[in-house]
Amino acid sequence: MRRSSASIEDRLTAGLSERFDPVALENGSRVGVIGGGPAGSFFSLFLLKMAETIGLDVNIDIYEPRHFVHKGPAGCNHCGGIVSEFLVQLLAAEGVRLPPEVVQRGIDSYMLHMDVGTVRIDTPLQEKRIAAVYRGNGPRDAGPAPTRVVGFDRYLQDLAVSRGAKIRRQLVNQVSWEEDRPHVHCSTGPSEVYDLVAVAAGINSNVLQPIEGLEFGYRIPEAARTFICEFHLGEETIREHLGTSMHLFLLDIPHLECAAIIPKGDFVTLCLLGDKIDDSLVTTFLDAPEVRACFPEAIVPRTVCHCFPRINIKAAVRPFTDRIVLIGDSGVARLYKDGIGSAYRTAKAAARTVVFHGISDEAFAKHYWPTCKQIDADNSIGRFMFTVSHVIQKTRPTRRALFRMTATEQTRTGNRRHMSSVLWDLFTGSAPYREILLRTFRPAFVARLGWNLVAGNVAPGNLASANGQPTNGDANGH
Amino acid sequence: MGIRSLGKRYRSGESIVRQGAAGNCMYVIQEGQAEVYREENGREIRMAVLKEGDFFGEMSIFDREVRAATVKALGDVRILTIDKKTFMRRIQKDPSLAFDIVRTMSQRIRQLNCDLAEMRARETET
Repeated sequence: MRRSSASIEDRLTAGLSERFDPVALENGSRVGVIGGGPAGSFFSLFLLKMAETIGLDVNIDIYEPRHFVHKGPAGCNHCGGIVSEFLVQLLAAEGVRLPPEVVQRGIDSYMLHMDVGTVRIDTPLQEKRIAAVYRGNGPRDAGPAPTRVVGFDRYLQDLAVSRGAKIRRQLVNQVSWEEDRPHVHCSTGPSEVYDLVAVAAGINSNVLQPIEGLEFGYRIPEAARTFICEFHLGEETIREHLGTSMHLFLLDIPHLECAAIIPKGDFVTLCLLGDKIDDSLVTTFLDAPEVRACFPEAIVPRTVCHCFPRINIKAAVRPFTDRIVLIGDSGVARLYKDGIGSAYRTAKAAARTVVFHGISDEAFAKHYWPTCKQIDADNSIGRFMFTVSHVIQKTRPTRRALFRMTATEQTRTGNRRHMSSVLWDLFTGSAPYREILLRTFRPAFVARLGWNLVAGNVAPGNLASANGQPTNGDANGH
Repeated sequence: MGIRSLGKRYRSGESIVRQGAAGNCMYVIQEGQAEVYREENGREIRMAVLKEGDFFGEMSIFDREVRAATVKALGDVRILTIDKKTFMRRIQKDPSLAFDIVRTMSQRIRQLNCDLAEMRARETET
C-alpha cells in the first residue's frame, strides 16, 4: 500500500492528529463514491469541505446512473421522504438550506390516529421543522408540476458537484481489489482505480454482493420489505383533509410496525413498515376506518405509483476495510426511522475519518465504526420500544390511556408534555431511542400514565374533554 | 411563502428577537430578509440586513448572555430555529458542525475591525 509520508508529515505538523494513520489521502488522490443518494452526496460534500479546511485537494467521482429528474420509480430512491426535525436543524447549521422547490410540504405537527381517537401533536415551537421531500421527481402519473420541483437526492448531488465532485452516469456492477487498490467496474467503459472507494449504494443495490465477496468480513445488512405508494389528491384537498401534519397510525394490525401518510404538494405518500408487509396487509390497512377517514368521503383513491423497497433492520457486519468504507443503508441505519439522518451521520463520520485520521482498516475501526455501533446499539433499544408499542396497539385500555394523556397535555403550555415529547421523538426520530426510553422511567411520566390508565378507562367519556377527537364509541363510553 | 417552506413566518416589521431578552436558540433565514437593530441611548441604530441562509442569535448559544440586538422581519420572512440543546449536544460529538458558524463569526469580527478602523480614521481626520 502506498505510504503518503509527505501528507502525514504536513498533517502531524499542523497538529491535526496525534497519531495519524500511515495510509491516507494526499493531494491528487482519487475517491470513488458508488451511489449518488443522500449518503454518497453527503459523504462527497463533507469530504470536500473538510479537505479544503486543511488544504487537501482530492478528486471525487460519484457513480450514479439516475438523474433523479424523471417521474416515477426510474428516477426515485424509493423512500418515504421525510427529513427529520433534528436533521433539518443540523443541515441549517451546516449551511445546507432546503429551498421551497425541494420541500414539497413543511410539516408542523403529527396526527396520531388510533381506534380510540385522533390526537394532534404540534412541534415544540409550532414551526415547520420537518421537510416532506421527493426522493425522485415525483410520482409516475404526476404530470407537469405547477411549481418547480427538485428531488432531495438531486439537490444534494448538485451541492456535491458545486463543491467539485464529478458525476459519472454509470452503473457499477463490480468492485475488485488489484495491486493494493480498489477497482470499480461498470457495464460500460474501462475499470477505474481509486485510492478510496465509499459504497453508498443503499440496501437494494446489486453491487453489495461483489463487495461481500471481497472477503474482508463485510456482511450485507438484514432487510425487511416495506410498502410505499402515492395518491393524487390535489393541493386544496390535502390542505382541507390532511393539512400540514404527518399522519401516523397505531392500529392493531399484525406485522405492522409503523404506518404514515405524508402530504407532499399535490400528492400524499403512504409508508408501511413492518416485518411482513404484503398485499394482504396493505389491503387490511387501507380498509381501516381510521385510515379511510383521512381521505375525502372516506374513499381511498387509486394509487398512482407504488413500490415494495427493502429497508435494513440490522446493521452490516464490518462495513470497512483498507481503502473501502460502506455508508448509509449499505452499512447501518436507524430502525424504522430517519434513514436520511442515518445517511448524514455515517457519511459525516466516514468523511471525518478519511480526512483527519486516514483510510486504513484501523482508522475506520477506531473512528468510523463507533458511530455505526452507537446507531446499532440504539436500535436494540428501539426494538424494545416497538415491542412496547405492539402491546399498546393490541390493548385497548393502554391506547385509551395514551390517547388521554397526550390529548390533555396538548391543551397545556410549558414543559409538562411527557407523553407528547416521547411520541414526538419516537415518531420523528428526533432523539435516540435510549434517551426516549429513559424519559419514560421518570416518576412524573409513570405517575401520569398510571393516572390516565385509570381515568381513561373508568370513565372513557372524559376523553371528549381532551384536545383530541375521540371516536364515537369512546366518547360515549362504549 | 407557503406550504413548501420550513420555519415560522414573521410579518414585515415583526420582532424575531429583542435586544436584552434571554436566548436559548439561534435562527437561520429560510426565505426573505431581516434587519438587525441595536438600541443605543434610546435610538435604534440599524446594524445590518440579513438574507436567505444567514443566521443570527448564535452569540447567545455560546456565551449565555442576553440578546445583543433586535432583529425584525424586513418584508415577510421565514425563520428556522435551531435549539441550543440540539446544537450543543451534537457539537460534542461532531465539532466540525460548528465550522460554518465559526467562519461566519470570524468574518463578522473582521468586518467589525474594518468598521472600527474606518471610524477611528474619521475621528482622527476631524
